[in-house]
Parts: sequence; C-alpha cells; structure tokens
Amino acid sequence: MSNTPPTLVRELPHKHYLNATYGAGLRSWLLTTDHKRIALLYLASVTVFFFIGGVLATMIRIHLLTPGGALVTPETYNKLFTMHGVAMIFFFLIPSIPAVFGNFLIPLMIGAKDLAFPKINLLSWYIYVIGGCFVLYSFGTGGLDTGWTFYTPLSSVYSNSAVTPAVLGIFINGFSSILTGLNFIVTIHTMRAPGMTWFRMPLFVWAHYATSLVMILGTPVVAITLLLAGLERMFHLGFFNPALGGDPILFQHLFWFYSHPAVYIMILPAMGVISEIIPTFARKPIFGYAFIAGSSIAIAVIGFLVWAHHMFVTGESTYAALTFSFLSYLVAIPSAVKVFNWTSTLYKGSISWDPPMIYALGFIGLFVIGGLTGLFLACLGLDIHIHDTYFVVAHFHYIMVGGAVMGYVGGLHFWWPKITGRLYPRSLSRFAAVVLFIGFNLTFFPQFILGYLGMPRRYHTYPPEFQVLNVLSTAGASILALGYLLPMSYLTWSMRYGRVAGPNPWPATGLEWKTDSPPLTENFEVTPVVTWEPYDFKNRPDLGLGTGTPSPAPAHGDD
Amino acid sequence: MTEHIVSPKIYLAIFATLMAGTGITVWAAFQNFGKFNIVIALAIATIKATLVVLYFMHARYSPKRTQLVIVCSVFWLAIMLSLTLADYNTRRHEGRLASATTCYRA
Repeated sequence: MSNTPPTLVRELPHKHYLNATYGAGLRSWLLTTDHKRIALLYLASVTVFFFIGGVLATMIRIHLLTPGGALVTPETYNKLFTMHGVAMIFFFLIPSIPAVFGNFLIPLMIGAKDLAFPKINLLSWYIYVIGGCFVLYSFGTGGLDTGWTFYTPLSSVYSNSAVTPAVLGIFINGFSSILTGLNFIVTIHTMRAPGMTWFRMPLFVWAHYATSLVMILGTPVVAITLLLAGLERMFHLGFFNPALGGDPILFQHLFWFYSHPAVYIMILPAMGVISEIIPTFARKPIFGYAFIAGSSIAIAVIGFLVWAHHMFVTGESTYAALTFSFLSYLVAIPSAVKVFNWTSTLYKGSISWDPPMIYALGFIGLFVIGGLTGLFLACLGLDIHIHDTYFVVAHFHYIMVGGAVMGYVGGLHFWWPKITGRLYPRSLSRFAAVVLFIGFNLTFFPQFILGYLGMPRRYHTYPPEFQVLNVLSTAGASILALGYLLPMSYLTWSMRYGRVAGPNPWPATGLEWKTDSPPLTENFEVTPVVTWEPYDFKNRPDLGLGTGTPSPAPAHGDD
Repeated sequence: MTEHIVSPKIYLAIFATLMAGTGITVWAAFQNFGKFNIVIALAIATIKATLVVLYFMHARYSPKRTQLVIVCSVFWLAIMLSLTLADYNTRRHEGRLASATTCYRA
C-alpha cells in the first residue's frame, strides 16, 4: 500500500516531557520522577546490557565455527555463555518491555498522569543500576562460569569464578523488578481515567498486569534462593550442599519456581505489544478481546505450576515428573488462544505492511515454532533424548529472541513516534525487519537439528560432522547482528533528522495516541474520558478513517 | 482512607504473646516429640507470624483487597511447597516403577 506524500509540514509541540524546564541537563534526568523519562533511562541501560550480551554471543558463535573451538579456552567458553545468559536474561529481557514500554505507556494508556509511586519508580531504576554494577564487577573480576542457572553445588562450592558479587547483583536487581510490578498493579487498580473500565483497557495493560503478578509472586523466591547459594559459598551454611546436609535438587526447585515464570515475564509483555500492533495495522477490532485478556492471566497462573519440567533428568521423582509434564502441556492452551485470536484478527483485515506489523507477524511465526517445540520438551520420553542439547537452546531462543526481542523491537518501531515525536525511514526499517527474521531463523533453526542429532549445550567442542550446521548458525548470527544494528542506527538518526510524526501517525486507537508526540510531562492537558470500546475503528471519527478522507498524517510518506 | 489507630494495650498484649511464643519454642526445642518436633516449631512460628501480620502490619484493619493480596501470597507459597513436596514425598515409591523406568534413569 503506498501512502500519499504529506502536504502538511508538522512541528514538534513546543512543550513536552523531553524539553520540560525543571532542573537542568543531566540532573533533570537523574532526579526525574516522570515515568516517561524513567522509561528512557531504562531504555539506555537495557541497551548497554543488550550490547554486552550480544558481544558475548558473537564470541560464542565465532568460537563454534570449528569443531575444536576457534577462539577461547574451555574455561573462558564456560564464562562466555554464562555471562551472556546472565546479562541477557536478568538485565535485558526481564526489564526490557515492562520497564521501558510499560513505564512509558501504562499511565498514557489508562489516562493517568504518572504511575502510582513515581519516586519508587525512580528507585527501581537505581536499584537496577546498582545490581547491574555488581554483576559487571563480577564479569570484570574473574567472570562467571556456572551457567546462568547457578546450579549448586557448582556455584556454592566448586566454582572458582566471581559467583558472590553476581548472585548479590541479581538479588539486588530482584527488588527493582518487584517495585516495578507493584507500581503497575497499584496504578492499574487505582488510576484509570473515567470510563476506562477493566474491559476497555488495552491488552498491553492486561499483559503487564499479568506480568506484574509474576514479578511480585516469583521474584522474592529467586532472590532469596540465590542469596542462600551465596551464603553457602561465603559462610559454608548447608542449604544445597549434600556434604553440609543440604539438598542440591532443592536449589533447582526454588530456582525454577521463579525462573520458569520469568519466561512469562519476558513473553507476556511482548504478547501485549503484538496485541496492540495487529489490530492497528489490520484496521480491525481485535478478535476475542476478553479471551486474550483472560489468557494473559491464565498464562501467569499456570506458568507457576510447571517449573519442574526443567528437572526431568536431574533426579526428581517420576510421579512428580508426570505431574509437571501434564501441567506443562496446559500452558499451551492460553498461548494458543492468543495466536488464534491474532490470526483471526488478520482475517479480512485491511492490512498495511508498516514496519511494526512486519515485526508482529515475525513474532507470531517464531513464537509458534518456539511454543510447539516447548511441547516436545514437556514430553517426558522425548525430553530424555533432547534434554540439555541444542534443541533446548534453539527452543528458548525462539521464545526469548524470536518472541520477546521481536516484540521489543516491534514495540520500539510502533511507539518510537510517540516517544521521540519523529518517524524513521520506512523502507529501511521494513528491510531491517526482514533481515532480523532471516538472520534469526538461520541462527537458531540449525540448532534444533544439532540438538536432535545429539550436540549437547554448553560444550566448547563438537564432532566434525556437526560443523556445517554450526557454520550456518554463525553465519545467521552475523545477519542477525546486522538486523539489530540497523534499527539502532536509523532510530538514533531519526531522533534528530526524522520527519515529525504528529500525535497519531498510524493511526491507532489507544489513549496514548490522543496526546501530543512527545507527550506533555503531565501526559494530558485534561483528564480524558473514555466513551469508546477498545480497538474500535468504526466509531472513532477522530482517527480520520472510513469517511473517504485520507488519514490526517500518513506515516512514512516520504520515501 | 483513614488510618486505624491501634491502642498500646493491644500492641503490648501481642508483644507479650510473641515473647511467650519464643519461650515455648525454646522450651519445645529441648523436648523430644519425635516427628512432631518440626510440626510444633513450625506451628508456633506460624501463629507468631500471623499475629505480626494481623496487628503490627495492620492487616486486620486493612481493606478487603489488601487482605486478599495477603491470602493470595500465602496460597502461592502453598503451591511452591506442595508441588516441591510432591517430588520429595513420592521418591520412596520409585522402586515400584524401577523396572518401567530403567531406560529413563539410565
């Protein structure tokens, strides 16, 4: 679909949250309580950790180019994949969408001026930074070689790497997550604008409500568990070490009680992003609103009942394994509800291929593959064969990178005009989305085959017959890296040179699009009153659709 | 929302009860009740924790929604404990499945 070139030259609003006059320079950022500015602080910090994790991943893939390992010693290889996992999971994936987009958008979407506890919001960022510094200290002083799972007694007794500062860093960072979840829940309960009923809320907000429940109920458990492992390491207290009367399997139970639901902390917000993008670019109300909202809560709840499927071969009883296998299958139901509802929304929609939509469609494809291979792993018998192989690595990267990161980058493209007030080059961004999709599949699909053929994860060498697939995977990683560097470049470029977007460039139906881009510090000049149903394009003359007149601000008409 | 004021008498009574609970815990630790040792210790600790939450943390005077949140978190703790124990408590039955799971354990 080609858009007509705009005839209207727009300008940024004179007053917005980025040029608000309180304080000066850096101080106005470091002491801000504006949820939008805090979101940008998070954006900068999670990008730093994404870079660190990305560099480590690149080194892993280069090392695996040859069967004997091309780059580093076996000990260093252990550190590479451990630090990659810790940086990406605890410091990028978990905070990425909630702390960046959740912070920025939840008040805007429900018509509030800020989150319920603005100072606690800023505190959560400082806690994140302090936790991050501990972990970076660990990386810089001997590194970390336990695997991101910190299994005991390796982490609590035998490892010679800098485990203590790392577990302290993750313990501290947990409080950031808890405070963010608490803030979201209270905000959603108490600060909705008049008329914004629960079933008029955007599905992004529902997804974050479910995510916040997981953050609050799960994070304390992993924080304390890692602290216990640290105490065992420092003071030889017997929690998990059999020699001291502890039980190593107990660590795994407690660790996965949080760390499996943590997968839903990563993917639920991404699903929320997709639920916003799909109806916007299909120009249709979302199919099955209540079911998508309910499935978010169902995923959060059922997600807590499946954790021991990570332990099928590590010594748990067969009866428990059978129970957890069955419960793990159940979580596929609400996930499938979402996918079917998104595809039903596309049916007979008026689809436009704008960049966020390409990311969203990519998400659906990759999430389906990641989700279905999760069912393979929940199957007790099959899991014996593929446990701890590259099949598992491929599966969770399809969920976390193919799902969560595609959602994150898609969300970045969708709300970038709202965040910065400017548009980015359309053709280049569509090209980048395709590059990302191809690069991702080339990187991780061969790993399914490698795993099925028996290549274990976390090994620094492999038999020569696996080399072709490993080379393919490394080649894919290079394309994938380009797929990330392109958006970073043109989005940064657009902050200064991009065309001014106007309040609602797509146009979309959410409340966040009814205020300026970038918004005022207070978000809205007058508290909005919501009188329409969610994703309703028909009864919204303000969107300029369906009246025969062109959209007031066709997006990206200039290239 | 008006804040409920708890009288010092109640605080002192709860404090005395907690101290008495501590005394009973110490006394019980020196007795041998067989497999009830842990049950008694945990029961006293649970009662003390409940008193702290109800009175010192004002849960008794909080809105229903706050009380619901507290009950939910206890329920989640129960999920964690019961499903973890589902593993530990069924390991002794493993022998019956041994022949069927030889391959599984191998």
